[in-house]
Amino acid sequence: MENAFQEAVFWALAAVTVGGALLVVTQRDMLRAALALIVSFLGAAGLYAQMNAAFVAVAQVLIYGGAVSVLVIFAVMMTRDVPAANRGAPVQPAALAAAALLFAGLAWAIAQAEWTLLPDALPGPLEAVFVDSASTLGTLLLTDYVLAFEAVGVLLLAAVIGALALVRER
Amino acid sequence: MSDLLTDNVIFRNVYAFVVSGLGAEWAWLAWLTAGFVLVMLVVNAVMALATGYTWAERRLLGRLTNRLGPNRAGPSGTLQPLADAIKLLTKEDIVPAAGDRLIFNVAPVLMLASVLLAAAVIPFGAGAFVTDLNVGILYLAAVSSLASIAVLMAGFSSANKFSTFGSMRAVAVLVSYEIPLVMALLGITVLAGTMSLVGVVEGQHAPYLLVAPLGAFVFVTAISAELNRTPFDVTEGESEIVAGYLTEYSGMKFGVFYLAEFAALVVAGGVFAALFLQGWRWDVLPSYLWFIIKVGGFAIAATWIRATLPRLRPDQILAFAWKFLFPVSMVNVAALSVQRLWLGGADGALTSSDLWLMAAINWPLALVAVAVMGRIARVRERPVRIAAAGAR
Repeated sequence: MENAFQEAVFWALAAVTVGGALLVVTQRDMLRAALALIVSFLGAAGLYAQMNAAFVAVAQVLIYGGAVSVLVIFAVMMTRDVPAANRGAPVQPAALAAAALLFAGLAWAIAQAEWTLLPDALPGPLEAVFVDSASTLGTLLLTDYVLAFEAVGVLLLAAVIGALALVRER
Repeated sequence: MSDLLTDNVIFRNVYAFVVSGLGAEWAWLAWLTAGFVLVMLVVNAVMALATGYTWAERRLLGRLTNRLGPNRAGPSGTLQPLADAIKLLTKEDIVPAAGDRLIFNVAPVLMLASVLLAAAVIPFGAGAFVTDLNVGILYLAAVSSLASIAVLMAGFSSANKFSTFGSMRAVAVLVSYEIPLVMALLGITVLAGTMSLVGVVEGQHAPYLLVAPLGAFVFVTAISAELNRTPFDVTEGESEIVAGYLTEYSGMKFGVFYLAEFAALVVAGGVFAALFLQGWRWDVLPSYLWFIIKVGGFAIAATWIRATLPRLRPDQILAFAWKFLFPVSMVNVAALSVQRLWLGGADGALTSSDLWLMAAINWPLALVAVAVMGRIARVRERPVRIAAAGAR
């Protein structure tokens, strides 16, 4: 019962994610394509939530659903002829081939990987990861991965300063 | 999932009621019923409060501006929301011919959904909440950021310059004020040591409004900007851009946007009550009632602010967010972090006396920070071309 329900939710979310992604490339209307991209992002967030990764799911909605998509829509605004701008371009066959290659590579990797199922009763530290993923991630970021964390901070600071330098009125 | 049956009082009781009536083999039905009842309860409570607030705000605004406000439908005009609904439902439903019909129709739904989703993590009584996410505060920021998508959808699909201008202004304000808002929420996370709203209320031995006055100030200011309340309501500035992104909306679609705006204020009041006013904690009144009183107090204060302050220019609003509110919210987070490291015990927990000591430190700090940053921001402000500021 529980499993059937979980599977139904998974397939629904997967359909939303993949369907949204397909709409992005098939819609002629740029605005609709951008909005389909958001649907796909939200579907992916749902998949993360189903995997008990609440923090990643919420971060996906916050960053991709709320911020990146606003940037995308603003970029769409700058496009000429929004209702039909999303049509074929000369690079399309090459892009299709690259996408197919990437898909094949990923599918092969997923099929080859040895998936281990976790036991129902997890040892304490591992259980804590699933119960409270946010604080586990935070602790890891400030202990084991503190160098990467600081490097990302410097990178973001540089990006902010760069953005300010670019838009500054002289 | 298991906390639904232990911590969540409403869910537990409905579940037990159905199971005792039908037997244990109907547990799945009990599960569905309990979830449905809980969600219906919260959604309808938010909607009912929002509907009531549309009347209360107009009466109160009338009073504050020396008018009567709606007083014809029913006793003291209390049936005015009903009259409004009937009027909106019977109006002609117009979709702009050049617009995108699908996006135009979905936008109000998404707007209302982003508000109602936020209500899911608010604890409105002892053991009463829809869900206790351990990333609740971040969840609030995430779902409320979906509102900017709805605004952009409404603005662009209307195929109207005023709508587009309005939505661009709205998104500029939403994106800018999200940063101080999240910083204010971060201060609460530092204080409480958890992002779960249930946990924040339970760990709140003294109202965080007193402990972190700067955070409360930044939160209220940023939330009124996000909700397009009056000092910041340039997105619907009637004298400049008709009604902003709502220009082309009529009938019930406009009604849904309008209701979403008031529901957002009710939800914001619930978040403020939970984060800064100890939520439902008080022994004298039933916790639900006490919570609703706090939300009502927030709503009345919001109406008062709306009636008092004049509208600002778009460039002033954005400058205020970046040059004043953001640095002030940084001061708040820095001060709270240092105090927590200094006062927190071995497990980092703060006792009631720690919190009162922090309040004594933070009030002077807040006044100094506001005075100093206000002075700096004022000196640095140069006149900006309105067109350039609005276009961002």
